[in-house]
Amino acid sequence: MKITLKVWRQKNANSPGWFKTYQSPALNENMSFLEMLDVVNEELANRGEEPIAFDHDCREGICGTCSCVINGKPHGPHKGIATCQTYMRSFRDGDTIVVEPFRAKAFPIIKDLVVDRKAFDRIQHAGGFISVRTGSAPDANAIPVPKENADLAMDAAQCIGCGACVAACKNASAMLFVAAKVSHLGLLPQGQPERYKRVKAMVTQMDEEGFGACTVTGSCEAVCPKEISLDFIARMNRDYGVSLLKGEPKKIAGGGAA
Amino acid sequence: MTTLNSNIPSGPLSQKWESYKFNTKLINPANKRKYKIIVVGAGLAGASASATLAELGYEVHNFVFHDSPRRAHSVAAQGGINAAKNYQNDGDSVRRLFYDTIKGGDFRAREANVHRLAEVSVNIIDQCAAQGVPFAREYGGLLDNRSFGGAQVSRTFYARGQTGQQLLLGAYSALNKMIGQGAVKSYTHSEMLDLVVVDGHAKGIIVRNLQTGDITKHNADAVVLATGGYGNVYNLSTYARGSNVTASWRAYKRGACFGNPCYTQIHPTCIPVSGDYQSKLTLMSESLRNDGRVWTPKKKEDCKKNPADIPEADRDYYLERMYSAFGNLAPRDIASRAAKTVCDEGRGIGETGLGVYLDFSDAIKRLGENKVRERYGNLFAMYHEITNEDAYKTPMRIYPAVHYTMGGLWVDYNLMSNVPGLFVLGEANFSDHGANRLGASALMQGLSDGYFVLPATISGYLATQKPDKRPNIDNPAFKQAEENVQTLTKKLLGNKGKRTPASFHKELGKLMWDYCGMARNKAGLEKGIKLISELREEYWKNVNVLGEAGEWNQQLENAGRVADFIELGELMCRDALHREESCGGHFREEYQYTPDDPETKQGLVNPGDVKRRDDAFAYVAGWEYAGAPDKAPVLNKEPLIYEEVHMSTRSYK
Repeated sequence: MKITLKVWRQKNANSPGWFKTYQSPALNENMSFLEMLDVVNEELANRGEEPIAFDHDCREGICGTCSCVINGKPHGPHKGIATCQTYMRSFRDGDTIVVEPFRAKAFPIIKDLVVDRKAFDRIQHAGGFISVRTGSAPDANAIPVPKENADLAMDAAQCIGCGACVAACKNASAMLFVAAKVSHLGLLPQGQPERYKRVKAMVTQMDEEGFGACTVTGSCEAVCPKEISLDFIARMNRDYGVSLLKGEPKKIAGGGAA
Repeated sequence: MTTLNSNIPSGPLSQKWESYKFNTKLINPANKRKYKIIVVGAGLAGASASATLAELGYEVHNFVFHDSPRRAHSVAAQGGINAAKNYQNDGDSVRRLFYDTIKGGDFRAREANVHRLAEVSVNIIDQCAAQGVPFAREYGGLLDNRSFGGAQVSRTFYARGQTGQQLLLGAYSALNKMIGQGAVKSYTHSEMLDLVVVDGHAKGIIVRNLQTGDITKHNADAVVLATGGYGNVYNLSTYARGSNVTASWRAYKRGACFGNPCYTQIHPTCIPVSGDYQSKLTLMSESLRNDGRVWTPKKKEDCKKNPADIPEADRDYYLERMYSAFGNLAPRDIASRAAKTVCDEGRGIGETGLGVYLDFSDAIKRLGENKVRERYGNLFAMYHEITNEDAYKTPMRIYPAVHYTMGGLWVDYNLMSNVPGLFVLGEANFSDHGANRLGASALMQGLSDGYFVLPATISGYLATQKPDKRPNIDNPAFKQAEENVQTLTKKLLGNKGKRTPASFHKELGKLMWDYCGMARNKAGLEKGIKLISELREEYWKNVNVLGEAGEWNQQLENAGRVADFIELGELMCRDALHREESCGGHFREEYQYTPDDPETKQGLVNPGDVKRRDDAFAYVAGWEYAGAPDKAPVLNKEPLIYEEVHMSTRSYK
């Protein structure tokens, strides 16, 4: 099979970008989408043209590095998988495929299809953890967790941090990403002591990074490669509301060391 | 020549770690903040070490080439993590985990390190559960376990088929907390390109910012490499495309010895190669062998048939037949070699004939499709995406692929290399898995090194270094290393040859697979060395790298990594050539059991199983760089002295 590629090329965040059209060499339908880009890039390089920059690493749908909006949809045509697990058999011979970077104010373009998603890390720095110093943990079976809760926490914890939810959202909201982390930790008994402090800190940082507001259209869930449920956003909103009602934690007089 | 002193503490095996911790020098809390430690890598080992060192009070600087520490390839580990908890009451213990691991490694690991690993394993599970890692649970709320290869107990903890992801996110969250507090400074998109050695001690690194191309110098009191394995030397592997040997290799070129580079793990259950365009092979977790049965047709003429049309009597469940005590849960090296053997006999399946079946029909009959879906649903889905086949209805096709490297930079009991101040953790070091790693042991080792071992051992070195006295980055050694990196970058960009770095990588991978793959022999290895050294010469004449140094340039990044892989490939062949024995994943065709050997007659082994030569090769090979890629490296040996375990014949029958 052969395809026509319309790819976004942009030297860096400060330069303008544009679509450039390439004809692919002969392809095999069992190639992954990224292998198709490899083949196109090798041909470009052999002609002395600079290869298309794209993010990728594990190529098995778990590291969250690959991105790309393919024909208008983050991670391409299929539900529940990442770009790296999209195979050329999903397209037809002679198709034109449009490839763009994830677009969001909080994800500045680095080059071509590569964007900077460090804003996600900074949200995690603000509170995406349970504080447990190495060596201070009790025996693992000392904290039983109902299987239903553990399973639900795992559903949320599967998030690969790719940012497709942001790219799909008309407001470039990061709510699904933040809700996944908040829910994962908030559903577990280990996560209770910092539950409300955590959600407040993470939501505050999310807003500071310039992500938009959530209007519950559900486009995030529709493109999420791990099919993370919109329900987690409701869960986070409730926890966030409670955290506002609780206000700042009370300082206890004489609580600290003298 | 370098003397490789393992620095194993004295005393009985089971008390070495306890007494070591008591005897080691400590740094007082007020002084800890005066020491700066560089950690390169943020997989399980790097992230857990960075977080823990910062909790202790050290100033930690963490470097990753990824855009985020959460992307490290530990994230892709599927099956699980071992720990000697004995929650199943099935006879497990620290002693048993230790022994299984030593035996699994074919008696080529260091005894004291492995015992420490088994001891620490129980703390890891506690730590991870407390961090909120959503391990699989039973209905009573307690932790569930499953079985993995090379063990007869169920000691593997797991989080569906994404255990590595969840453990990594746990370590990443611990790291995030310390970054948020300002106790760790995190450098992302930052690739280490050289090690700085001042007066014989590792005191810094040279880093390229992948976004801007800026080259910067960073000093420290100690440098920790947690930069993963080097299986991408084969080009096609289950590794992430970005995984590389560059940090380790540049340290090797600064004097750190490379331990047992030829010990490579070829994992038995991967999706077979389908074409020349392929960039990566995908693992199907070993956990599938809990319920899947491996077979090929007994008759060659059945190989192209639909598997459903092959009656039970005409199927060869060869692992169950050859290794009845462990069956489908035989260790990885053994299961891989058996798959190769049946395919070499002409009984392989699929288009290429390089494949065997992994069949779940019995499990589905016994447990129902829903239970199988609950256990392995994401793996079946992944298999479907790649092959367009439904493994609930027809058996999976699998074949071995490069998956892990047991070799790595040589370290002593302190996890310190022969360059003082340079520590190496996780897959990047050589120490705990001998010649074959058991399933679910890599996650254990990465977290053991990072959470518990290094934080205890590094103080012994730092106590010998005066606080606040690390060399400044104006020191000539820093300038020299920076120039070294600049020169290499200029050379790659200025070469203007005719071939892409990727084309060289592909060619190298094929040479490595053909001559230093699952079966090796003298003539093949000699040929491999010759062809790879020619490839190295051609690389520097003919490689072409486009773009500029001062920008995001993936081809330039790759070009440096491929250059290192080529040199490493040659060293791996040399190591495999010199090791005139078979052990674990290192199979030299000249050294295998024959039907006439007494061990075969006693029923301990099968003809064709690996044959060790303990009289001549019970040592770690630590290769030392001789100053130029075309000069033969120097072989240093660390004898493996077993105080408590007897180096016996490894039997899984």
